[in-house]
Amino acid sequence: MRTYTVDVLVVGGGAAGMAAAAAAAREGARTVLLERGERLGGVLEQCIHPGFGLHRYREELTGPEFAHRMRQELDDSGAEVLTGATVLEILPDGPAVKVVSPKGLKKFRPRAVVWAVGARERPFGALRIPGTRPSGVFTAGLAQRLLDLEGLLPGRRAVILGSGDIGLIMARRLHLEGVEVRAVLEIQPFPGGLTRNVVQCLRDFGIPLLLSHTVAEVHGRERLEGITAVRVDEHRHPIPGTERRIEADTLILSVGLIPEVRLIEDTVPLDPVNRGPRVNGRLQTEVPWLFAAGNCVAVFDLVDTVAELGERAGASAARYARGELPPGKPVPLVRGENVVSLVPSYLDGTAESARMYLRVPRPMEGVAVDVGGVVRRRVPVARPAEMIEIPLDGDALSELSQKERIVVEVKPK
Amino acid sequence: MRIAVIGAGAVGSLIARELCRYEAEVVLFERAPDVGWGVTKANSGIVHAGFHDEPGTTRARFCAAGNALYPELATDLEIPFRRTGAYVLAFTTEELSVLEELREWGEVNGVPGLELHRREEILAREPRVNPEVRAGLWSPTVGITLPWEIAIAAVENALDNGLELHLGEPVVGIEVSGGRVRAVRTDKGRYPVEAVVNAAGLFADHIAQMAGLEGPALHPRRGEYVLLDETTGGLVNVVLFPAPTQVSKGILVLPTVDGGLLLGPNAHDLPPDAREATETTREGLEEVIEGAVHLVPDLPLHKTVKTFAGLRPESPQKDFVLGETEVAGFYQAAAMRSPGLTAAPAIARWLAHEIALAHGLEERTDFRPVRKRIPHPADLPEAEWEALIRKDPRWGRIVCFCNRVTEGEIVEAIRRGARTLDGVKFRTRAGFGRCQGGFCTDRILEILARELGAEPWEVTARGGASRIVLGEARP
Ligand SMILES: Cc1cc2nc3c(=O)[nH]c(=O)nc-3n(C[C@H](O)[C@H](O)[C@H](O)COP(=O)(O)OP(=O)(O)OC[C@H]3O[C@@H](n4cnc5c(N)ncnc54)[C@H](O)[C@@H]3O)c2cc1C
Ligand SMILES: Cc1cc2nc3c(=O)[nH]c(=O)nc-3n(C[C@H](O)[C@H](O)[C@H](O)COP(=O)(O)OP(=O)(O)OC[C@H]3O[C@@H](n4cnc5c(N)ncnc54)[C@H](O)[C@@H]3O)c2cc1C
Repeated sequence: MRTYTVDVLVVGGGAAGMAAAAAAAREGARTVLLERGERLGGVLEQCIHPGFGLHRYREELTGPEFAHRMRQELDDSGAEVLTGATVLEILPDGPAVKVVSPKGLKKFRPRAVVWAVGARERPFGALRIPGTRPSGVFTAGLAQRLLDLEGLLPGRRAVILGSGDIGLIMARRLHLEGVEVRAVLEIQPFPGGLTRNVVQCLRDFGIPLLLSHTVAEVHGRERLEGITAVRVDEHRHPIPGTERRIEADTLILSVGLIPEVRLIEDTVPLDPVNRGPRVNGRLQTEVPWLFAAGNCVAVFDLVDTVAELGERAGASAARYARGELPPGKPVPLVRGENVVSLVPSYLDGTAESARMYLRVPRPMEGVAVDVGGVVRRRVPVARPAEMIEIPLDGDALSELSQKERIVVEVKPK
Repeated sequence: MRIAVIGAGAVGSLIARELCRYEAEVVLFERAPDVGWGVTKANSGIVHAGFHDEPGTTRARFCAAGNALYPELATDLEIPFRRTGAYVLAFTTEELSVLEELREWGEVNGVPGLELHRREEILAREPRVNPEVRAGLWSPTVGITLPWEIAIAAVENALDNGLELHLGEPVVGIEVSGGRVRAVRTDKGRYPVEAVVNAAGLFADHIAQMAGLEGPALHPRRGEYVLLDETTGGLVNVVLFPAPTQVSKGILVLPTVDGGLLLGPNAHDLPPDAREATETTREGLEEVIEGAVHLVPDLPLHKTVKTFAGLRPESPQKDFVLGETEVAGFYQAAAMRSPGLTAAPAIARWLAHEIALAHGLEERTDFRPVRKRIPHPADLPEAEWEALIRKDPRWGRIVCFCNRVTEGEIVEAIRRGARTLDGVKFRTRAGFGRCQGGFCTDRILEILARELGAEPWEVTARGGASRIVLGEARP
């Protein structure tokens, strides 16, 4: 097995990883990007709808178009790319990274690693929905790849569980493909995705959205034959007597993404809510040589954000590799009221600027975000589907960095 | 002489393999499109020690004997088998007396190494056990295995020794005349035979009726399970049983050979005609979780990847029905409730020997007992993995990321007989991990279609109408 020494090794070639590798290489680091798929792009390649890049490129692009631009930036940066290369192991001792590809096994000895492997979808079984186990039950991402990358039709009559943006976009995609979308079920009393997507993906096509509903049971022994939908109460418990059967040969699940931490979870501390590694404002984890960016840190809505975080992580990793990133005093960010996802997990006082991202648990109006009593931002409408982004810099950042801990909360004004 | 074995579960497959040790033509009929998809597919996968079975029963006779054969079987067939040991846990005074009784049964049944352990000893070994535990019966010989892998491996080995395998071919009749078996009829033809072994699992009573016999009357008893992902197995290292009840061994917590944790099963009797009723129920899954949490309070239930259910073939006698019958040449291996999987190797060896004696069959000198499993390069030394990749780069292409299954393994599984997504899954464990096929189903589908020369929409999950995609998208 050959061993290669590099400055920065980036794992994952989605938006975050491409941005990280390009930024690290631009900083002059000898950089290698590893992607297990045959192509770079990650989930962008399967998102053929427009809605990408409004911030980064001030244009509305499709996923593949956005990926194409990022690949060009990566090409220009001089980073080296290996595709078809799956990382098998990250040994904290060294660190050393073991990789397999059709060309054989390789070992890398990087000075810094950027973890950018994205998120995985919560599988059907995780919901513990009773009933049979027929074919025809897909996660949204799998259905999307079958349809948009392979040109295969997952089914003819579909029910969608989960009204996050991915579920909504799949509803429209399937409808346009001639699939009868019978309903979109959402267990919460409000839609999970953006209002714009509820209108453009469901209402415009007359697809019913059943709020406070879930799947109570799955039917069919070989192929799916139908599901029982049921209304739930405020504790998400099914209300007896509200069951109704919906005939369908396909059930598409959009019930959440989970940051992928498989190879690092024994090495670095994770944030219990984000479910990704705890990072500081430079996207450095609590293991100094390990940086992380994108959906493997927390699930972000916009690829523009992911790309920006990737750049930050790549540039920080390059500086760390040069020995220019001395450790600072960590100041934890602590969740106060009404905060679920929260990135970063701590500030370390050495960055000139940082950005904070947070999510509220339910729709709220006329609220303000309070960051350690130093920064206060009014938010007229806060929705779980839209991350709130707050820049931290200048005096405010210095003041925050002096504290013992920073409580972040969302409260009525 | 030609012998038909009906049913390619763990029991029928091992019997077919044992019969191949003798000078006979062995034909195995299975109605499903693949082997091991009946009761063998959904159970706890425990190789029991033999203390749960009342002395004097056929179960007791074959359980400890089967357990003793597992190391040899696992070596010859290269199937996963690990002696984890087990605790039966007691929380009340009545349960303490149950442990005493189990220990006595075990000693009569010839179960080695049983010991009563105190609370401290149990918690030192398994710190996650409910601290309210009072004592436990420790049984070092209990093990875990992959049940369907036994059927797959036994059939592969039997094929290597001359077995004739008929998949997707249900037996629909048995011709008996003059008190003797003459032929087996399937939906495809008539096969003259001199002996028949009924190992049809949940349907063994139907097969017996075809031969004009009465029993055993079978009904399904459902057991539901919750499976936690492959990062949870280290939380509990031994099989944990509660004190058993009259009905069953109770709801357990056990590590799986793939590194996950399995919770279950409950036990609910179903009407005799509900033989396909492997659906799970809300109440059932709640019951399973409640039972499991009683043994191990802080289970990471958010790491659930799957729920499923299996059906036990129960008879009023609560015991296996084995051996010869009033119809000459008709043998049974029926009513194989738990511990049928454990007992199977011992039953197979004994029954094949009985048949050989009765029919004067010579032992073959050229029987090859060894079957090689599909290599799983992620578990091999690096040099061996690199050698595989040099021969064929597909051994370096990971398809299932959770379980690190390569394209090479999937192609090999298809070469060995996988025709469906489940066929590939059960042979390679691709799609069995925490993403449950979310990342690899499309790639396995593509490989299956390519290797079988089929269109993707012709490929099924498990035969019949279980197609994965239904056609082409609009051009
Ligand atoms: C259906 C859908 C619709 C969306 N719609 C929009 C939209 O309209 N607008 C918008 O801005 N954003 C949208 N997004 C969000 C945005 O596209 C994603 O957040 C972003 O692309 C995620 O990038 P990433 O690099 O973090 O992860 P990914 O794109 O998931 O990239 C991770 C990469 O890592 C690789 N990898 C993983 N493990 C390993 C390993 N062990 N070794 C090597 N490589 C590995 C993977 O193969 C993958 O290529 C959408 C997302 C989805 C799923
Ligand atoms: C919930 C549960 C938990 C269990 N736990 C354990 C355990 O931990 N340890 C243990 O030792 N045992 C356990 N058991 C018992 C064990 O699983 C069974 O004893 C064993 O799998 C039975 O194997 P079999 O080959 O007899 O049946 P099966 O696997 O059902 O095989 C019979 C085969 O016959 C085929 N068939 C049926 N009719 C026809 C026909 N007309 N023509 C052709 N083929 C036909 C079926 O398709 C099937 O493949 C458990 C069982 C259950 C249900």
